[in-house]
Amino acid sequence: MRGLFAFLAGSLFGTGLLISGMTDTTKVQGWLDVFGDWDPTLAFVMGGAILPMLLAWQLTWNRAPLAGGRFPAPPSAELDRRLIVGSVLFGVGWGLAGLCPGPAMASLSYGGVGGIVFLIAMIAGMFAAPKLGAQLDRMANAA
Amino acid sequence: MNVEWLWGLAGGLLIGLGAAVYLLCNGRIMGASGILGGLVERSDRSAMTERMAFVAGLIGMPFLLRPLIAPQTQTHLTPDLAIIILAGLLVGVGTRVANGCTSGHGVCGISRFSLRGIVATVFYILAGGLTVALFRHALGVI
Repeated sequence: MRGLFAFLAGSLFGTGLLISGMTDTTKVQGWLDVFGDWDPTLAFVMGGAILPMLLAWQLTWNRAPLAGGRFPAPPSAELDRRLIVGSVLFGVGWGLAGLCPGPAMASLSYGGVGGIVFLIAMIAGMFAAPKLGAQLDRMANAA
Repeated sequence: MNVEWLWGLAGGLLIGLGAAVYLLCNGRIMGASGILGGLVERSDRSAMTERMAFVAGLIGMPFLLRPLIAPQTQTHLTPDLAIIILAGLLVGVGTRVANGCTSGHGVCGISRFSLRGIVATVFYILAGGLTVALFRHALGVI
């Protein structure tokens, strides 16, 4: 059952990314391009995605997930170096290519060689993350 | 109202619906980088099947539906392989170090008013905006 729900979730996510235009890197870079021809589409996508989730989080109160287990713990309010440095690095890469992890996967079947190269580089970057994370922790402890 | 904004809103609702299914059914946060990262790191073996099923839907459904509903959609990704590789590396390392991306921190974090999700979103949008300003308008390379 968990696999089926996950496949459904991934399918909805992929279809949403496809029809929203978010697998088109020019629309993502257009949203980030405040000094150029600014494209507000991404704000509509983000707003549209947050709406069902506002309701979904309310429905988690005093309940358990349909397929068993438990819901995620309440979010931590702790801001650390990993969060800030990681988000800045991600943002630079996002701006350079106009792809983030979801659209990179959703567009794999029509993104050509470049899309495949991006995905491979992204996975390589994921393998390097634990080392950078540990380095940031050491810097935080030394400071 | 631009028709592309309406498609954005409709697509966004589907994305949020997917995140709601993943949360309410499986009890998990729908974060693309976390799911892919968990797959490649093989962490938490009990979650491997649902991660693979999620990625299968995420890649497979646009493959099936694009010819029918959005045949004109293209990625328009830069042909510059050096930029692609650099960007991919940064997105991969950054999202895993920050423990989230646009879906996990953005969609799922903001909707539960998570401070970490909101702060991450502010920083990756600021960094992305500055990157486009610098590399497009100052250097002219993207």
